[in-house]
Amino acid sequence: MANTALADPDAGLPPAQLAARHGLRVAGQRPSLRRYSSQLWKYRHFIAAYANAKLTASFSNARLGQLWQVLTPLTNAAVYYLIFGLVLEQSRGMDNFIAYLTTGLFIFNFTQTTVQQGTQAISGNLGLIRALHFPRACLPLAITVTQFQQLLGSLAVLVGIVLATGEPITLAWLMLVPAVLLQSVFNAGLTMAVARLGAKATDLKQVMPFILRAWMYGSGVLYSVKLFSENLPGWATALVQFNPMLVYIELARVALLENAPLLNDSLFLTWLVAVGWAIVMGLGGYLYFWRGEQEYGRG
Amino acid sequence: MVDHLAMSNDVTVTLPRVQERIPTVVVDDAHVVYRVHKGSAGNTSPVAALKRMVTRTSAPNVREVHAVRGVSFTAYRGEAIGLIGTNGSGKSTLLRAIAGLLPVERGAVYTQGQPSLLGVNAALLNDLPGERNVTLGCLAMGMSPAEVQRQLPEIIEFSGINQRGDFASLPMRTYSSGMSARLRFSIAAAKKHDVLLIDEALATGDKAFRKRSEQRVRELREDAGTVFLVSHQLSSVRDTCERTIWLESGVIRMDGPTAEVLRAYEAFTNAK
Repeated sequence: MANTALADPDAGLPPAQLAARHGLRVAGQRPSLRRYSSQLWKYRHFIAAYANAKLTASFSNARLGQLWQVLTPLTNAAVYYLIFGLVLEQSRGMDNFIAYLTTGLFIFNFTQTTVQQGTQAISGNLGLIRALHFPRACLPLAITVTQFQQLLGSLAVLVGIVLATGEPITLAWLMLVPAVLLQSVFNAGLTMAVARLGAKATDLKQVMPFILRAWMYGSGVLYSVKLFSENLPGWATALVQFNPMLVYIELARVALLENAPLLNDSLFLTWLVAVGWAIVMGLGGYLYFWRGEQEYGRG
Repeated sequence: MVDHLAMSNDVTVTLPRVQERIPTVVVDDAHVVYRVHKGSAGNTSPVAALKRMVTRTSAPNVREVHAVRGVSFTAYRGEAIGLIGTNGSGKSTLLRAIAGLLPVERGAVYTQGQPSLLGVNAALLNDLPGERNVTLGCLAMGMSPAEVQRQLPEIIEFSGINQRGDFASLPMRTYSSGMSARLRFSIAAAKKHDVLLIDEALATGDKAFRKRSEQRVRELREDAGTVFLVSHQLSSVRDTCERTIWLESGVIRMDGPTAEVLRAYEAFTNAK
């Protein structure tokens, strides 16, 4: 060894040992969870910039530009009110159906669009993924941030509608803040989960609209939630009570509306379920996404 | 580097450091197999799909391509290595395996730090202005916002997209393909990389830009990185690389000084 060392200390070393000796790592290896999380934290500016960029880009071809952020939810609410409020008369026996409907619609829409775009977070950004190295969780997280910004636009519209339909401003309105934040954490986790699923199973994009529509009907967005307890057997109603979307929507309704019909009688239990879902989905989605980190952009 | 010197009680410790060549990429008998979805080829009727599900045979529209077959080499710090070979010889696949974007079927690829792959098809956000894309790209490479602000004018300047009016503030979809390739190269070249992999990126753009980018590749190399360059333009390989690896059908046909390898390669392609 001493003789050959003068010329080249690495001579004759098998490649694996040579690599180990100089601290080289296997290409494309997944970082540890701790390392990954700290990397992700370092990339927070990228997440924010990417989310902003996406938001601007999505309106860049429209002449009305950012105005659509408000116009889209408004038109949406108008269409659903026309069908479910006036044609199907779901408003029977309800004090303020317009506000009830729009609250549910906007809160559900937040999760819906986030998940829809999340399925393509990886598969739609292969160019970026193959070109540059960054923690891939940035992409689904940026989608959540973009949609959160959209939600703020919708909420401004919502407050307008709620006030215009005669609801008073109360202290309960403050509850909207933690409710929406919990939902955002839930969304972030769910988006990461579907991002990994969508990266492998490209068919998910085709299936997702159906899943989301079924979920919407199960969340009491378009009609009174009392219909669940009236028409479903007891166990099924209990199951619906644990539906995360129903829970987040109910919390928003409790916060904004005076006499909205609710499925969950105990507000405390509702909060508990909301927090539970945020933790389970937030952490679970993150772990699930991280475990697939080395696979994204391959193939 | 310092770590292992301190730990090892070998005779090498007393030697001057210049003597030691530091490997940055070690490729050990790597095989890369990738699976291609052929899309509409083959029998795609619902009945056939159902039959496959029942009989549990894999879909016929997935085909395996054994693109890299047992490649081994070691690249050292400060080297610029050209990768040449006829179309479909596995050059780009090998680069992607080094970047960690394709798994190796057998063998192993070891790298120093995180190699960055710079390809012509690396798309940023086409609806956004060039400037915004520079900011995004730099943040995606892990720069801090302050650093990005400092580098932004330099990158725009280097890319030369403002030579014909203020293109930096126009959406990238209005750029010509040469312009956007130049901008992408400029973004990736703004950061020091341990290992930079360039796939045909220098072939785009005009002559003046090619000269500038070759100069930049040399600078990157001097900053103690290793540069891999895949190109069909033998002149740019000759100007930037002193070592060249010639791949043919997924195996190394030759590995050595650029002049020697290029001579043999030219003889090979002319004979065909």
